[in-house]
Amino acid sequence: MTENNSDYLVRFENVQKSYDGELLVVKDLNLNMAKGEFLTMLGPSGSGKTTCLMMLAGFEPATHGEIYLDNVPINRVPPHKRGIGMVFQSYALFPHMTIGENLAFPLEVRKMGKSERDKKVKIALDMVQLGAFADRRPSQLSGGQQQRVAVARSLVFDPDVVLMDEPLGALDKNLREQMQYEIKHIHERLGVTVLYVTHDQSEALTMSDRVAVFDAGIIQQLAPPDVLYEKPENAFVADFIGDNNCLIGIVTEESENSCVVQTPDGSNIKANKVNIAGKGQKSTLSIRPERVIINPEVGQVPNIFKAKALELIYLGDHIRTRMQVCGNDEFYVKIPNTSHIADLNEGDEVSIGWNEYDCRALDAP
Amino acid sequence: MASNTEALKTADGISLKVSLQRSLRRKKRNALLLVAPLFLFILVTFLFPIFDMLIRGVDNKITQEILPTTVVALAKWDPASGQLPDEDIFKAFTVDGQVAAKAKTISRLGKRLNYEKSGFSSLFRKTGRQLKKFDPEKMTTSYKENLISIDKKWGKVETGSLIHRESGRYTKSYYLTAFDLTQNSEGNIEWKDADSSIYIDLFKRTLWLSCLITFLTILFGYPIAYLLATLKAKTSNLLMILVLLPFWTSLLVRTSAWIALLQKEGVINDTLVAIGIIGDESRLSMIHNSTGTLIAMTHILLPFMILPLFSVMKTINPSYVRAARSMGATGFTAFRRVYFPNTIAGIGAGGILVFILSIGFYITPALVGGVDGTMISNFIAYHISTSLNWGLAAALGAILLSLVLVLYILYDKLVGIDNMKLG
Repeated sequence: MTENNSDYLVRFENVQKSYDGELLVVKDLNLNMAKGEFLTMLGPSGSGKTTCLMMLAGFEPATHGEIYLDNVPINRVPPHKRGIGMVFQSYALFPHMTIGENLAFPLEVRKMGKSERDKKVKIALDMVQLGAFADRRPSQLSGGQQQRVAVARSLVFDPDVVLMDEPLGALDKNLREQMQYEIKHIHERLGVTVLYVTHDQSEALTMSDRVAVFDAGIIQQLAPPDVLYEKPENAFVADFIGDNNCLIGIVTEESENSCVVQTPDGSNIKANKVNIAGKGQKSTLSIRPERVIINPEVGQVPNIFKAKALELIYLGDHIRTRMQVCGNDEFYVKIPNTSHIADLNEGDEVSIGWNEYDCRALDAP
Repeated sequence: MASNTEALKTADGISLKVSLQRSLRRKKRNALLLVAPLFLFILVTFLFPIFDMLIRGVDNKITQEILPTTVVALAKWDPASGQLPDEDIFKAFTVDGQVAAKAKTISRLGKRLNYEKSGFSSLFRKTGRQLKKFDPEKMTTSYKENLISIDKKWGKVETGSLIHRESGRYTKSYYLTAFDLTQNSEGNIEWKDADSSIYIDLFKRTLWLSCLITFLTILFGYPIAYLLATLKAKTSNLLMILVLLPFWTSLLVRTSAWIALLQKEGVINDTLVAIGIIGDESRLSMIHNSTGTLIAMTHILLPFMILPLFSVMKTINPSYVRAARSMGATGFTAFRRVYFPNTIAGIGAGGILVFILSIGFYITPALVGGVDGTMISNFIAYHISTSLNWGLAAALGAILLSLVLVLYILYDKLVGIDNMKLG
């Protein structure tokens, strides 16, 4: 290892996991988390992200490799000695205890005195604005309140790391967004290290310092949210994060930073060379819908093509337009709802264009 | 706009409440019709017999029916005076007795009073035979002396006082017997002698065995239910079939199988002897005693514990225990503080089910119980079918019923019947 790994709080080293001995759910995972970081594992269901979380929490043993917590290998440490807080999607509040007893539970098993316990419980409940609810049962609280209690309970015993397994999955959209900010603020205030698992990309982008995009047991890309969106490394990440247009073609020219890709209908597209196999190989071009320019002036951008508007979807602040371009009729363009350009009808032919830099040539599926 | 306090009306001005009731009437009538057949069936075959049984436990109209005039005449007599009844009472008895002897009902009364004091059956048979031949015209002595000449017992105050005591429409004597109590000749209630008191011990044993069986089914059923609830669906379905298998075989067959296994020359004893753990002469007696009842009934009632436990455990989110573990609880603490409290509803439901079933269990104790493994229900059956003392059987049954009800209420107070989950 070249870098100094001992600075990291959590380290996965060559971790592999298989449940049945035939299929690897997690394939050779290497991941480092700095102290105080908010890292999100994002991926479709079955991509192995929850398994990683469970291995770190100690509920699933790693089939191969080692996990380090504060430079201590923890593969053989039982869950209750790891000192990791956890928030579950189902909240997992103990139904037979009051909210106060739920929060006191981790302190009680640590043999903390009653007065100190009560004090910490009160601080934790106040942190999530539920100070008045200590004597209620979980079933008397709404979903959002229960989730707040679950967050407070995972933090009340001052763990180094808190794991959150799709904690907002069961909440409705408005509440989910509100809770995202709340969790984010708690993280900022306490400086606790958070490993967050979700399949919701907007959640991941809103909250995280870094996002690890999972697919098929492999981290496809690990980067801060803006880099993930602006500079996806491969076709999966480009497609998974945000809206994306894919054009598939063959690389015909290749230079140091750019390349030309020819689509099946013969259009030559100048693209930013990111991750291609080489000349004569297939490549996926990724263009964000909002980077497409309608009616560009000649010479304004290197890529200008004729396009036909097939469908217009009015979305308030913008109009989502499905277009046929370069032989692909699933090409979406986001047209901002500013009067002068929004004047487009179905069936109209327009010219559209984009910058070479905004069009990333990635691996082929 | 109409204010809220004003009664709401539909568009045609009918009160909303009336209109609602009308629209629901049809629904209610249909519901009633759907329930009616079962309700009638239960009324006739369940509620009415129970009511009849409760009556039988105190019913005593036989004395009034067989000795109508004697009962009226006896009312004036005070047994505490120590004096024999007057002549007219003996006369009334002779007249009633003659009628009853001819109708052949007098021995029934004798049998009834024999429950109170032995000897009455033969006294009444003997008296009945004599009274049939008796002609008052040819009588030379008084009615009193005539009866005394038939049997000396008629000259005793106790005989009269017993008939006097049992001449009412209702009697408490069956219940007294069921509690091993008796009334002495002065009418005071006292405990029976130790050697003739059986029912209190029987109730105690029934309760003790039922408690033990309930405890054992919890002990054995809890881990199985946990396994069923946590295993993968495929394996747990197979295991579930094994749990349910006993339901598909007859209770009699299962009990007989235990006889084959447990008896002196049975499979277990033979095996133990063959291995050499016990000698041939010291074969274990595991059947026809309370051990047999305990083993067989625990086995038979186990599914009734496993199923409610399973249904409760199935609903317990596995993340509860994980959450507890992540918060620093050891496996045992997580079980004790988090998992177990959430299964109490299942333990309660299974426990009350097994307890109530075992307290009234009949076939198994009858077959494998021997002498010290029989339960109260076996004695109820005995009094119904062999000794024909239905009054006592009814009293014992009613006590059993109220015992179960008391336990049910106790359970409701402690755990809450709403928490009970049966599946």
